[in-house]
Amino acid sequence: MGLKQNLHNLKEKYKGTKMAPAFNAIHTFLYLPNETTHGGTHIKAADDLKRTMNIVIMALVPCLIFGMFNAGYQHNAAINGFTEGMSFFSGDFWNMNNFLIGLTKILPLVIVSYGVGLLIEFIFAVIKGHEVEEGYLVTGMLVPLIVPVDLPLWMLAVAVAFGVVIGKEVFGGTGMNILNPALTIRAFLFFAYPTWMSGDKVWVHGAVEAAGTADAISGETILGSLAQSQPLSYSVSDMFFGFIPGSVGETSTLLILLGALFLIFTKIGSWRIMVSAVIGALVMGFIFNQVVALGWIGETSKFHGLMKLEFWKHLLIGGFAFGAVYMATDPVTASQTNKGKWIYGFLIGFISIMIRVFNPAYPEGVMLAILLMNVFAPTIDYYVVQGNVKRRLKRLKAKTA
Amino acid sequence: MSKDIRIKKGLDIKLVGEAEQVTTELPLGSVFAIKPDDFHGVIPKILAKEGTEVKAGQALFYSKSDERILFPSPVSGKVTEIVRGARRKVLAIKITADAQQEYKDFGKKDVDAMSGEEVKNHLFTSGCWPFVKQRPYDVIANPNQAPKAIFVSAYASAPLAADYDYALKGKEAELQAALTALTKLTTGKVHVSVAANSTLSPFKELKGVELHKVSGPHPSGNVSTQIAQISPINKGEVVWVVTPQDLVVIGELLLTGKVNITRTVALAGSKFNKPQYVTAKAGAQIADVVKGNLDADNTRMISGNVLSGLEVAQDGFLGYYDNLITAIPEGDDYEFFGWNKPVFNKISASRALTFSWLNPKKKYDLNTNTNGEHRAFVVTGSYEEVFPLDIYPMQLLKACMYKDLDEMEGLGAYEIAPEDFALTEFICVSKQPHQKIIREGLDLMREELG
Repeated sequence: MGLKQNLHNLKEKYKGTKMAPAFNAIHTFLYLPNETTHGGTHIKAADDLKRTMNIVIMALVPCLIFGMFNAGYQHNAAINGFTEGMSFFSGDFWNMNNFLIGLTKILPLVIVSYGVGLLIEFIFAVIKGHEVEEGYLVTGMLVPLIVPVDLPLWMLAVAVAFGVVIGKEVFGGTGMNILNPALTIRAFLFFAYPTWMSGDKVWVHGAVEAAGTADAISGETILGSLAQSQPLSYSVSDMFFGFIPGSVGETSTLLILLGALFLIFTKIGSWRIMVSAVIGALVMGFIFNQVVALGWIGETSKFHGLMKLEFWKHLLIGGFAFGAVYMATDPVTASQTNKGKWIYGFLIGFISIMIRVFNPAYPEGVMLAILLMNVFAPTIDYYVVQGNVKRRLKRLKAKTA
Repeated sequence: MSKDIRIKKGLDIKLVGEAEQVTTELPLGSVFAIKPDDFHGVIPKILAKEGTEVKAGQALFYSKSDERILFPSPVSGKVTEIVRGARRKVLAIKITADAQQEYKDFGKKDVDAMSGEEVKNHLFTSGCWPFVKQRPYDVIANPNQAPKAIFVSAYASAPLAADYDYALKGKEAELQAALTALTKLTTGKVHVSVAANSTLSPFKELKGVELHKVSGPHPSGNVSTQIAQISPINKGEVVWVVTPQDLVVIGELLLTGKVNITRTVALAGSKFNKPQYVTAKAGAQIADVVKGNLDADNTRMISGNVLSGLEVAQDGFLGYYDNLITAIPEGDDYEFFGWNKPVFNKISASRALTFSWLNPKKKYDLNTNTNGEHRAFVVTGSYEEVFPLDIYPMQLLKACMYKDLDEMEGLGAYEIAPEDFALTEFICVSKQPHQKIIREGLDLMREELG
């Protein structure tokens, strides 16, 4: 009689009752269930959805930890001044002081995100009598990483509730949703509480409270300052390593790149979407560079700052890398065919940079680009699949002709 | 002219317990059973009531849809029981075998002199028609349709499958007679595929057929894979399919006049003490076949292969078409943190902390645990990696689930059999029952479109 046997007895006892899904969710979290195959194949591969989701979470953890350090660093640096030319392992960044500031700000975000989201998932699973699906494990991790560090917790709770219910459960739960739930949550925050989601005060911890006082600190993101045609004030290495203000987990392109490689290696993330999104962004950025080079846009134009930015730097700033790696590749809301993934990813990159340049009020395009392409993904798939159907019809015609 | 078929997509599932190439002749068992469910879509009309004495080869029942299609008894003996289930559905016809086997004589035939119609009638009367199956729908062939070609896959790529080169050794004469007969049934060709690296295949020297060499991972041996490469099925077309072990039965019928459904059956899997080959008749009781060789403790017995075979109990019976009994451990145990710890002892198509990619040659002892719970379709793009047909597997599965006949037709449902979705089912992280979904979809199409 161990824990295993006790849990098994409990499972048998509650089988078929209303609370069974809730119990099973916790039980299967501890133990791989004792279910055996019936009917179909007698053996099954080792992977299940929990494992798949877990891999994505593992790829996100470095970004989360970096985000904690960065939150503290940005706060301290805004008060005490930035360190110039830091290396990635600089002690000015990786110290306990920075980490604790970040931890106290970001851990509550994670807890609220998971707590509210999973509670709703459990309630829906119990009401509908299906098992608790794992989709939210990733969503719950993504959400704290794509919001500003000072976001009030009640706003996050409201947004998560909205995103999970309207973005996912009304469509039938994990696997059925049209829009990426994490981005639905972010979009809700953005349109409901715009002052907390954009501008120059929200990206660094403490900037809002300090506003208007003698200790006021600036919390402008790179995109924000570029949109106002101010010169780029960060070095390429700072942007690549991620020592810049921004949403919690989106700043470190280096760690995102490592996460991407991990996802591609484990065959969990679609390399097609990631690569084509990068290509799309580079193409759009290059076009804008050419427009500036040809002199079609003057220095006075409000688009000049962002258009002039060298096309490859678009990959380093804002949430583009994070979006392309972790959000665009969500298999449920992305295109499902391999050919469709190329088109879908390319358009995400292309439209992201377009929105980024032409939308000075909110100079980040990746969220809206992904949501837009989520809506179009089934259409892309439809035409790709029709290509297969047509090929089959053509074969028939060649035969009968 | 032969065409080489190279398959790149797929997955070889290597399991421990491959049958050693030794054959033991088993004594004839006492009880045999024919299960109408082995013949998918057939509604049986009983000819031999309980208590009837039958000879081997004598019809037990016929198909309601076509009374010419007879189903013979594999042994001579007495029909002792007709097992019925809900709504009096016939589940099994049990025959107690005589000590002295008597065969019904159908007469020796000179195949070369027979016409197509004569071959057909001979297969009808002798009860050998059920060996001819058709695509689309993967059911017993409708004799009123003309097939554009006939396919035989003499390469078994499924996990632990019986090796045809060994099991059919010395049967060249029977195979030749049967294939010659088949060539009369179609205006098209008879295509036979053998493994590219096979040197001993009894099919190598046969005349009148198109020989193809197949290489690549499973499902390269699945006949649908080969059809798609050689001559894909279009709407309105029909192809017929016969397995090599059934060719032997047909061949023997033509040469001797007797229906002798004796197979060389592989006993494979980690739960056999000594995996090897035995001879057994179709419908033999499993306990008789595996006697003295099986570790029966917590064991899953499968008539057929681990991917698309049928679960059987020890008092169950060998499937009518099967030449393989697999025994693997049941996996009805919990595994602590099984969903996130690194996995070394199971096969996976991904690298999600699963390490089967490190050692592709290693043989695994897999059990029947599902390794996770049933979920909605979430992951995309992985099925395509193991699915060699020019078909979108997930889209077709979904079309079957929401019963859109036009879409199923457009996406290529005519070209497939449930077994083609065995690998996608194996790797499915959502643990969806792909083969069942496809079977139900094909049944619906057959019902609605005929």
